Amino acid sequence: MANVNNEIRYLNPPTVEVRKKKYCRFKKAGIKYIDYKDPEFLKKFLNEQGKILPRRITGTSLKFQRKVAQAVKRARSLALLPYVTDLLK
Amino acid sequence: MIKQYETVFIATPVLSEAQMKEAVAKYTKFITDKGGEIVYEEDWGLKQLAYPIQHKTSGFYYLIEFKANPDFVAALETQYHRDERILRYLTVALDKHAVAYAEHRRQTRAAKAAAPKAEAAPAAEETVEPAAE
Repeated sequence: MANVNNEIRYLNPPTVEVRKKKYCRFKKAGIKYIDYKDPEFLKKFLNEQGKILPRRITGTSLKFQRKVAQAVKRARSLALLPYVTDLLK
Repeated sequence: MIKQYETVFIATPVLSEAQMKEAVAKYTKFITDKGGEIVYEEDWGLKQLAYPIQHKTSGFYYLIEFKANPDFVAALETQYHRDERILRYLTVALDKHAVAYAEHRRQTRAAKAAAPKAEAAPAAEETVEPAAE
């Protein structure tokens, strides 16, 4: 009886946000090497201005974030990707 | 010690087909003359640059994979640097994962190049049949 009274009751069931756990796509897919010659793939890790997205957004692990950064920078120097731009994609 | 490298260079778009071939031949010969071994070559053709380099908006891309001594790379890069036809170059040492990736890429590209020809023949036959009906 006492237990029932103490229980908090809601009119509407409380909405609990279930966040999808981020994961590192390279670890998941078992990709070992990130190719700088494939700008279309690297664009997934860039924002509209051509800046590299942080790990906190993409969920990439530190090890692969460094490799992504390296690949993007190589692609930039070969003019496969722009250094600065507007409305990439 | 022999290591595997990969080099990409961008040549000016003002070159003619023959001049481009000559430039490529020069570098492949340079690599083999200095004791390197060419593993793979790939012509990307005329590509649009993401930003202008020396007031050019496009360039001929060419990729060469080769095995050589580490001190050879500096010699190759001075050659690139002295060549006015070369807009940009990048030489990268390949680690074991990169070598595996390069191998895989080569095979998939070869398969892709072979596939459309194989598909084109049956596809052509299919298009003929409805027309006959």
